[in-house]
Amino acid sequence: MKNEFKVIADLIEKDKKVLDVGCADGVLMKFLKDNKNTNIRGLEISKEKVQECIAKGLTVIEGNAEKDLKQFPDKSFDYVILSQTLQAFLNPELVLNELLRVGKKAIITIPNFGYWKVRIHLLLKGTMPITKTLPDEWYNTPNLHMCTIKDFVHYVKSRNIKIFKSIALNKLNASLINERNLEIKNLSADLGIFLIEK
Amino acid sequence: MNIETNLKTLIVKNPLKLDCGKTIKDFPIAYETYGSLNSQKDNAILVFHALTGDQYVSGTNPVTKKDGWWSYAVGPGKAIDTNKYFVICSNVIGGCMGSYGPSDLDSENGNIQGTNFPVITINDMVNAQYNLLDHFGIDKLFSVAGGSMGGMQVLQFISNFPDKSKTVIPIATTSSHSAQNIAFNELGRQAIMADSNWKEGDYGSNNSNPGKGLAVARMAAHITYLSKKGLQEKFGRKLQEREDLKFGFDADFQIESYLRYQGSVFVDRFDANSYLYITRAMDYFDLAKQFNGVLSDAFKLTKAKFFIISFTSDWLYPTQENKDIVIALNSIGADVGFVEIESDKGHDSFLLDVPDFLNALKNFLDKSYEEN
Repeated sequence: MKNEFKVIADLIEKDKKVLDVGCADGVLMKFLKDNKNTNIRGLEISKEKVQECIAKGLTVIEGNAEKDLKQFPDKSFDYVILSQTLQAFLNPELVLNELLRVGKKAIITIPNFGYWKVRIHLLLKGTMPITKTLPDEWYNTPNLHMCTIKDFVHYVKSRNIKIFKSIALNKLNASLINERNLEIKNLSADLGIFLIEK
Repeated sequence: MNIETNLKTLIVKNPLKLDCGKTIKDFPIAYETYGSLNSQKDNAILVFHALTGDQYVSGTNPVTKKDGWWSYAVGPGKAIDTNKYFVICSNVIGGCMGSYGPSDLDSENGNIQGTNFPVITINDMVNAQYNLLDHFGIDKLFSVAGGSMGGMQVLQFISNFPDKSKTVIPIATTSSHSAQNIAFNELGRQAIMADSNWKEGDYGSNNSNPGKGLAVARMAAHITYLSKKGLQEKFGRKLQEREDLKFGFDADFQIESYLRYQGSVFVDRFDANSYLYITRAMDYFDLAKQFNGVLSDAFKLTKAKFFIISFTSDWLYPTQENKDIVIALNSIGADVGFVEIESDKGHDSFLLDVPDFLNALKNFLDKSYEEN
């Protein structure tokens, strides 16, 4: 299981009710179900991935986060997870509001556009950055709204969303982000993980 | 219909009050089973059939000599694996394969009941079949499953008996018959009733079955079970055993010949009055209405695990109508999974060899059974 999922799993206590939005093949769901006795549900847009989840015995609904989150009642999950997809929505703000409505808390991870390799790539090569977390070309990337860790922190503050925990991830190293080290983490991390609540 | 004498039948002694107000008792339910019930009695799956189905889910249907209607899904090693599960299916009341229906004789005058048979509902069908649980001494089913009208019965069953099944699988179905559904059924009924042999339902025996009307009803309905793309690919404008158009009204096109054939074989195995009664039951089905318009209230008392399946090319019970059930279940935090299967075989997809569907069904059942 990738490091990002380990960090996410560490944020979730045992016996909670969790919705994994864009759960893909259900690796994280399966881990939470088996190790944390999580009452876990998934929402996934790809038919093939939904089939993989069913084969793992996971409860998944085929659907689209931008349209199908509205069917869940307010605060019906302890946690709602959104891993590396916020930037791919037409309207990320709407999705974020929905996640915070449906979940008592939300765990959001974002590929950091402020990562030094991204900055160097654009600065020196003058072409759109391609990294491990951002593997696609400009013409076929699903990402519509890239942001940096700093952008995200500023955004949630401006909307009075509470941040419980911000974690910077660089390969295997996870470290806490705070006010003082924000600039440096915004440069050194390729992924930001945020536990938030509204 | 030559129903074999070795038909398995349960005579229901308990009086059953029908939605129409009438009470029936000592009535037969014809059923079939596949696989064996284990000692814990926790491996039973009650399968509900669709409009023209019967209790012969798998193997060879002894009446039609054809494969059972859900042979792709049910059998040894299949999605609903009869090496593992005990499958029960019964003919709905109102049907014509041995369960209490309009072709049964009236005990008072000895005539067939015809339209004197009470109008039955999906709720009545389900309540009648519930007696099978007592008959087999099953306290709780592992699953209830069915497509189309079978799916309606699945939904009604878990609403009526919330703690009687661990899992619930409604397939290609709806919680409420739409105007379009009712319209197609009415077309079929009018075709039957327009046949001069129908005689207000009093056609006596099967020898004078209003076969022409029933065949037209079947032909019209059959079109609704397929998709435009599927029809076009299979038939296109291909001609039937001729080089060119004949400038007449014989079956020039293969699709015409195919529909005529479907109509004619149907008449041999189905009773016209049963067709009227069962389509009526489908039209009357509106689960939300039973709960003052709030569909999720139908499922409030159940802790069962739901798995809902629809098909991309099904325009009779389209994905959205299946999704409405998912939405109702999610609104009360029920355990529900949902997948829409890609298929160009239309509504009939659930009866056919559609691997993605059969795999999903198998995985859901087997994984849920492991967690038991």
